[in-house]
Amino acid sequence: MTEEIPVLSMKRITKVFPGVKALSTVDFRLFKSEVHAIMGQNGAGKSTLVKVLTGVHQQDSGEILLEGRPIRPDSPLAARKLGISTVYQEINLCPNLSVAENIFAGRQPIRFGRIDWKEMARRSEEILKRLNLVIDVTQILSSYSIAIQQLVAIARVLDISSKILILDEPTSSLDETEVEQLFKVIRSLRNEGLAIIFITHFLDQTYQIADRITVLKNGEFVGEFRTETLPKLDLIAKMLGKELSEFNYAVEKDQRKRPLAFADKDAKNVLTVKDLGLRGSIAPFDLHLNEGEVLGLAGLLGSGRTEMARLIFGIDGANQGEIQVKGKKAAIKSPQSAMMAGMGFCSEDRKNEGIFLDLTVRENIILALQAKNGIFKYITTRKQLEIADEMIKSLAIMTPSANNRAGQLSGGNQQKVMLARWLATSPIVLILDEPTRGIDVGAKLEIMELILDLSRQGMGVIFISSEFEEVVRCSSRIAVLRDKVKVAELDGENISEASIMHTIAGGN
Amino acid sequence: MISWKSLRRSNILWPLIALGVLLLFNLFFTPHFFRLEIKEGHLFGNLIDILKNGAPIMLLSIGMTLVIATHGIDISVGSVVAVSAGAVAILIGGDLAGNPKYPIAVAMIAALLVCTAAGMWNGMLVSRVRMQPIIATLILFVAGRGIAMLFTNSLQLWLYAKPFAILGQGYVLGLPFDIYIVAFVLLFTYLFTRRTAVGMFIEAVGINPTAARLSGINANNILFWVYTFSGLCAGIAGLIVCSTVMNADGNNAGRLFELDAILAVVLGGTSLNGGKFYLFGSVVGALIIQTLTTTIYAFGVPADVAPVVKAFVVWAVCLLQSQRFRSRIARVFVRREASA
Amino acid sequence: MRRRLLASSRNLPVFVTLGLFILMFGLGSIAFPGFFAVQNFLNLFIDNSYLLILAVGMTFVIISGGIDLSVGSVLALSGMVTASLLEKAHMSPLFVIPIVLLMGTALGLFMGYLIQTFDLPPFIITLAGLYLARGLCYVVSLFTIAVQDPFFQAVAHAQANIIGNNFLSPGALIAIVVVLIGFFISRYTKFGRTVYAIGGSEQSALLMGLPVASTKMAIYALSGFCSALGGIVFTFYTLSGYGLNGSGMELDTIAAVVIGGTLLTGGVGNLFGTLLGVLVYGIIQVLIVFQGTLNSWWTRIVIGFLVFVFCLLQRLFEARKGATTIGQGIARRTAQASAGK
Repeated sequence: MTEEIPVLSMKRITKVFPGVKALSTVDFRLFKSEVHAIMGQNGAGKSTLVKVLTGVHQQDSGEILLEGRPIRPDSPLAARKLGISTVYQEINLCPNLSVAENIFAGRQPIRFGRIDWKEMARRSEEILKRLNLVIDVTQILSSYSIAIQQLVAIARVLDISSKILILDEPTSSLDETEVEQLFKVIRSLRNEGLAIIFITHFLDQTYQIADRITVLKNGEFVGEFRTETLPKLDLIAKMLGKELSEFNYAVEKDQRKRPLAFADKDAKNVLTVKDLGLRGSIAPFDLHLNEGEVLGLAGLLGSGRTEMARLIFGIDGANQGEIQVKGKKAAIKSPQSAMMAGMGFCSEDRKNEGIFLDLTVRENIILALQAKNGIFKYITTRKQLEIADEMIKSLAIMTPSANNRAGQLSGGNQQKVMLARWLATSPIVLILDEPTRGIDVGAKLEIMELILDLSRQGMGVIFISSEFEEVVRCSSRIAVLRDKVKVAELDGENISEASIMHTIAGGN
Repeated sequence: MISWKSLRRSNILWPLIALGVLLLFNLFFTPHFFRLEIKEGHLFGNLIDILKNGAPIMLLSIGMTLVIATHGIDISVGSVVAVSAGAVAILIGGDLAGNPKYPIAVAMIAALLVCTAAGMWNGMLVSRVRMQPIIATLILFVAGRGIAMLFTNSLQLWLYAKPFAILGQGYVLGLPFDIYIVAFVLLFTYLFTRRTAVGMFIEAVGINPTAARLSGINANNILFWVYTFSGLCAGIAGLIVCSTVMNADGNNAGRLFELDAILAVVLGGTSLNGGKFYLFGSVVGALIIQTLTTTIYAFGVPADVAPVVKAFVVWAVCLLQSQRFRSRIARVFVRREASA
Repeated sequence: MRRRLLASSRNLPVFVTLGLFILMFGLGSIAFPGFFAVQNFLNLFIDNSYLLILAVGMTFVIISGGIDLSVGSVLALSGMVTASLLEKAHMSPLFVIPIVLLMGTALGLFMGYLIQTFDLPPFIITLAGLYLARGLCYVVSLFTIAVQDPFFQAVAHAQANIIGNNFLSPGALIAIVVVLIGFFISRYTKFGRTVYAIGGSEQSALLMGLPVASTKMAIYALSGFCSALGGIVFTFYTLSGYGLNGSGMELDTIAAVVIGGTLLTGGVGNLFGTLLGVLVYGIIQVLIVFQGTLNSWWTRIVIGFLVFVFCLLQRLFEARKGATTIGQGIARRTAQASAGK
């Protein structure tokens, strides 16, 4: 890319909401034929900046120049008319309509006063070819994978008109092959001259695809960098606002605190899984977990880690194998029976499977414990408050009081509430599925510290994370999964990101 | 944050205020509305009529509250009322001398069992077959009346067994007997849902059924039993209805009751989306509906026209409960203040 | 397109309905002499013309993910107003018919406005509409009004001959035209496709820039129009206006639409299926009449049973496609993993 006039220039953008300064004199430049990533933790202002650009909000001060001309889009429709299109993480298409219809919804070709379906199909195929996608456009959208649906979404916005394409967390639901497919499409679009804004929290992907990176922190502009001149650790440091040396120290400190690298021969076994499997879900596997151990499950998206957890916790019914808790065979046929056996489980989907937004923090916390007690042993409100307050303190949950609605809390604190819920039941085995996903780096470290704490107290923990670095940091042993099969276990000196990746990559 | 708190509080205050407004209106505009006399050994007057005539809907609204709290709905209750009336009528029989075919108590219990079974049918469809509640209960809505007419052989069955009349027409300590039934059911339900974990589980299932299951709650059981309970409430209401008029009309008994019950629950502050529920609010809601109807009668408007007023009340209540509407009104006031 | 029709498993329910209808007609023909007659088939259209019209409007509403409980009452109100204007005010049908159609459309539009603008639940709002229309019927008149207007009398007795001696009533013809127009709208107009989009995902439709607000209001206005038109056709059929008319008809309409393969959850359905659903509804009643000994309340039970079966089918169909709440995670991930390879 040559240093020409940027196709987009946002200057000194400020946006204030009641009680919070979301953006404070932020600058942003975008050139033609480039992929530009915006990075920052939660609360950095990434989504607000994009919302200002796409007309959802209007800035309080500052100006936006599109191809040199000032613009002020007052609605997403206005932004789209200007050529600024967005594809969100949730595919905003209609699953019940065909692919062709989704691409042409609202602007179907008309002939003799009626919609011309043949023409629509033909043009859709042409558009998708531009993205290297050849599929039956007359099939309904929901019969295709999320990856393909996403490409259809991109095809739609590109066909409407685009000078600027914004991709908001496009890879969260994709596996590695699909991500590579998407990146190929993005690169070819960039080479055609499109200006692309790429928002993600996956560091590796940023380095794979972005030409330039803009870093925001707490609503302020930290800097704009060329990717090739910014080392990864530098980027992280800038996002955290820490000095590089400080960060290195933290990593070292954690290394010393890692749980026992070698299995303590005297530790009692708390969980044994033999040949547990479910057809269509995951191949039969064995697992064992001792007191105080943290067993990490590592693998790529789609490798079967969550499936494994769901089988152990009884959410999905296994059709073979057995589970033993503390040496005794346990009939785990539902989350209820798993809980009664002494297990706990934090789902990766906080919003839909974890938090009751309209219940108070207190109710959220004691709910599993109450379910364990049964209907008649009611925990009085006073006792509820006691338990909740204790959890709030020990987990450092930020909430004005235990009687606030859980929906008001930030993502990281909601995660802690979920954790508190299960800790209140004093489980023997705690399964955590992606407890650090989608929360800011500070809270991530807190939760990992907590996991180590729990293991020191003797709890058996199964820890799932997509970030290999985290799994390495916290686990005393790691089970590696690939394509719905458990392929190996790593312990001792073999615990490292490199060996995880080798195990996944390596043959049978 | 502040608006949410006042919203929560207002959920219980609003229905009481609405009822108060209605009663106040009657105080000023309806002659003798509040007059209470003692006739034939019991209290007599418009207020008593409200309690008495409103009893069936109050009962239905108690069961409906729990169903709606699970983010469900039960549109079959009106038809189940007819089924209950038909069942008890056929078991008591229309003997002119008043001799019941089966002991009255047995007939009543049998009718209640049938209605509880109907509720279990709904519960099974919703919790095991995982049908959407409106679809699942639609089936009994349509078929229930047919079943009721099956019982009464599609005739109106007149009853003459005097003891049975106490249920809907009797008085105890001056107050109508059926009000005591309502009070008993209300109290029992309140204690059972709030002094045990059932209430919290119901709310959890309504707010987020998946999370509820994952937290170890047996959501299927909760769903099954709330619909069963709703069927039982409809059964009791059906007995009262039949006893009040001493006949069972499979075609017309309980007509539009489900709509009144849903309206009562909504008026009482429970959201149709499920979650937090307010039993006393629903009963107050039923009283509001009944007071409205009685007010209309007191003004000499033909009974059949009453629905027109109910329609506007429903629309008004929905608007007032709508966040969007309230923001718009608020904005109008803010603009006025700014320009003043 | 024919290949797509057959291949798409989404259309399976419609074929089930078609099969059901053929089965019932066949059984009737075997069991009862005189059943297998063209006129018998055409009578289905004549006797259920008003229901067919109501069902067309209801189909659009349900596809969009909403529901309209007021259709039966608006039908009755329209009949009442028609009869009253004709007989009491002595107005000419030329004025009466447009006025009544306008009234139904306006009521529908009002309800659509409330539902759309303030995000209110359609169930409750149209329920209030039911109350309103019912009550207004009795405001017009507590008693039946017989229609003696010559135009209406002529139409009521008119017969359009088709296929030899067999005939259709003007009401049935109107109903068929309404179905055809409805089909065209649903398949070949942007409005129709927007209805499907809203039913599939209203949020997506909004973000795609579709005119969601105006479409939603128009859907309820359309349903109101169909209810009013149904009321007029019903008046042709019965030559009277009466407040108890159409009681429970909204549920019959919903039942017919469901049996016709439209999902109550929205996004899926078509007018041809609705037509079949009404025919199935009609033929059940005919079978019972031909049977002679069963009482008419058996219709209610059979319809209820059919609705049950169809909803069960829909539910199993959805479950197989992995639409259950808890299983969604597995299905999504498994589908992704297999698609990615």
